[in-house]
Amino acid sequence: MAIKGWIEVDELHCKGCGLCVAACPQNVMSLDMERLTPKGYHPVHLHADGCTGCGICAIVCPDAALTVFREAKIKA
Amino acid sequence: MAIAEPKIVYQRPTSLATRVTHYCPGCTHGVAHRLIAEVLDEMELREKTIGVAPVGCSVFAYNYFDHDYVEAAHGRAPAMATGIKRMLPKNTVYTYQGDGDLASIGMAEIMHAAARGENITVVFINNAIYGMTGGQMAPTTLPGMVTTSSPGGRDIESMGYPVRMAEILSTLDGAGYVVRRSLHDPNNIRKAKKAIRLAFETQERGLGFSLVELLSSCPTNWKLSPVDALQFIEDKMIPMFPLGDYKVNPEIGKLRV
Amino acid sequence: MAKKLYKGNEAFAEAAIRAGCEGFFGYPITPSTEFLEYMAKRMPELGRAFVQAESEVAAINMVYGAACTGKRVMTASSSPGISLMMEGISYIAGTELPCVVINVMRGGPGLGNIAPSQGDYYQMVKGGGHGDYFPIALAPSTVQEAVDSIALAFDLAEKYRSIVHILVDGNLGQMMEPCEMPPMQPLRETPPDWAVSGAKGREKRILSSIYIDPPDEEVTNLRLLKRWMEIEASEVRYDELHTEDAEIAIIAFGTAGRVASTAVRQARAEGIKAGLFRPITLAPFPKKEIAALAKRTKRILVVEMNTGMMLDDVSRVIEGKVPIEFYGRLGGVTPLPDEIYDEIMRISHNIDAPAPENPRMEWVTRLEKILEGEN
Ligand SMILES: Cc1ncc(C[n+]2csc(CCOP(=O)(O)OP(=O)(O)O)c2C)c(N)n1
Ligand code: SF4
Ligand code: SF4
Repeated sequence: MAIKGWIEVDELHCKGCGLCVAACPQNVMSLDMERLTPKGYHPVHLHADGCTGCGICAIVCPDAALTVFREAKIKA
Repeated sequence: MAIAEPKIVYQRPTSLATRVTHYCPGCTHGVAHRLIAEVLDEMELREKTIGVAPVGCSVFAYNYFDHDYVEAAHGRAPAMATGIKRMLPKNTVYTYQGDGDLASIGMAEIMHAAARGENITVVFINNAIYGMTGGQMAPTTLPGMVTTSSPGGRDIESMGYPVRMAEILSTLDGAGYVVRRSLHDPNNIRKAKKAIRLAFETQERGLGFSLVELLSSCPTNWKLSPVDALQFIEDKMIPMFPLGDYKVNPEIGKLRV
Repeated sequence: MAKKLYKGNEAFAEAAIRAGCEGFFGYPITPSTEFLEYMAKRMPELGRAFVQAESEVAAINMVYGAACTGKRVMTASSSPGISLMMEGISYIAGTELPCVVINVMRGGPGLGNIAPSQGDYYQMVKGGGHGDYFPIALAPSTVQEAVDSIALAFDLAEKYRSIVHILVDGNLGQMMEPCEMPPMQPLRETPPDWAVSGAKGREKRILSSIYIDPPDEEVTNLRLLKRWMEIEASEVRYDELHTEDAEIAIIAFGTAGRVASTAVRQARAEGIKAGLFRPITLAPFPKKEIAALAKRTKRILVVEMNTGMMLDDVSRVIEGKVPIEFYGRLGGVTPLPDEIYDEIMRISHNIDAPAPENPRMEWVTRLEKILEGEN
């Protein structure tokens, strides 16, 4: 089974620059054209399943707007 | 299957203040800030670090870090950092400077800080342009590149050639660590972070002057989208400013971080 | 403590060390270089910071950084070097940091020469750097007074978080004179609560001269002005010689004041009621005291080693209430006591003559005659 991950977008900091969208290897990120941040940008969001929690989006984000999580398997 | 517990892969470094930066969307000044903050967190240096902000787009850098900061005159950050470091040799002191700041008006100060082997770290943002004042030619502007003060493109006959600072500074014996990295893709950003780490390690070990030149984007004044601006770094800037290690003290060369 | 013979610049440097100076940053320039050379030897001996910078621009910016740590720091230079420092001086003023800058003035403008001058009066007294700020400016006239003024300068700098300029000239910097050194002061142990030191167990601190919103800058300019008004009210210093009953009162500072004091004594020996008022703080300028002097004297003679820069300040205070005359030597030429004595005699013979319409212009005519005679 594929590793499951997800992101949290800090909408105060996200400027909708799209660098994470271009960098995401799974192509599951896009700007949310329905929403505006307090500063007036379209924030990024996950539009599909498939995030692996690789963290690449966070590496390219100039505004440290992303927190990246990944499900960890714990041995029973 | 066992229960899944979330693990944090990435979160905002604590050395970064919560304030939203004034940088244009997609400007990699922000990436450079983030990397510095991550390194200060990892090395647990925040509480003894004093930053020196330049004049340029990063003039308000002091607002974006959660440690002590001073603000220099245009180009003079290395001199100011020298004054601080000589008074407080146990503190960690770094400057953050653009290419107009460091390679034009501040050429003398950076050269002599390096020549003295001043035990400070410099993060040098090379975006081939004067960002803050609206896109004039910088000493690093590429031949033929259009700026507001080279509207016909930089003419090397009358405006000369770009200055390669990492190479120049690496010739000085006082320099302990001088490298060039780029911020245009995840892999290069990782390498840039490691370089910033090694630069601070150089300072912590008292091995002299350390500088990381970072090829950085200015989507606004290059008149490119943030994504295309990264491509411009790869296609146009790297050929003029080759990435590499120009001077690495052997002790730092052996370090694994 | 016994007096010892010192060369001016070296005495000033030792005095700075004894006043607790922990960082010196400079660049060689005649006639102030011995200061730097002395610091180069003494500061490392004491484990204190000394850097010969690549230029005066760098030197003052090192002082700027060092001042951010709250320690006593300074530089010393001479006229062309001070011009280069004006950028940093303005930033230091804008950041409200204490520091001391000594100018061993020489002939100018431009490269000029290396002879003693007072031609940097405007630059040192009025500010010289850009923006709305007020430096404190001290003008000692003997090596001893200069030595004592250095500890005072550091105290004032710290008390008001202000830049303090000390104006001396090549005469004082180069002369050998006996003087008594103050004892070594202990160094400050804890930094002031505004200094940067690393944000350990406290909020981060920012030291900057930027106030990007004009209303913030306005408030800052106002704060600087109010501090200045406090300085004007409490820090005026001056010296007087026979001014109580003087009919002819000379106003002169630094070396010119010292030369004038000889002339005044000579005149007194001849029974002429001459006196000397010597401002020690050129900024704040002793306005009230000079106004009071104008009430009890018949004529004022301003003597300077420049074209009459302090003359403008004196005229403004006196507002035409008593006639003012001027005598100056220029370009690195120091007036002799006899020249000033001759001026006193000239004035004493014409004590009730109408006030010169333009003291500067009448002096030019007299000086040109003197120059013809000298050549
Ligand atoms: C003495 C002085 N000269 C000129 C300026 C105007 N100025 C402000 S920022 C700047 C250029 C900054 O460019 P750079 O260092 O490349 O930084 P960037 O804005 O591109 O990040 C200039 C010329 C100034 N502030 N001070
Ligand atoms: S890179 Fe950062 S700022 Fe840009 S869109 Fe993604 S989360 Fe937002
Ligand atoms: S002008 Fe250029 S360098 Fe400045 S913040 Fe905008 S993109 Fe970045």
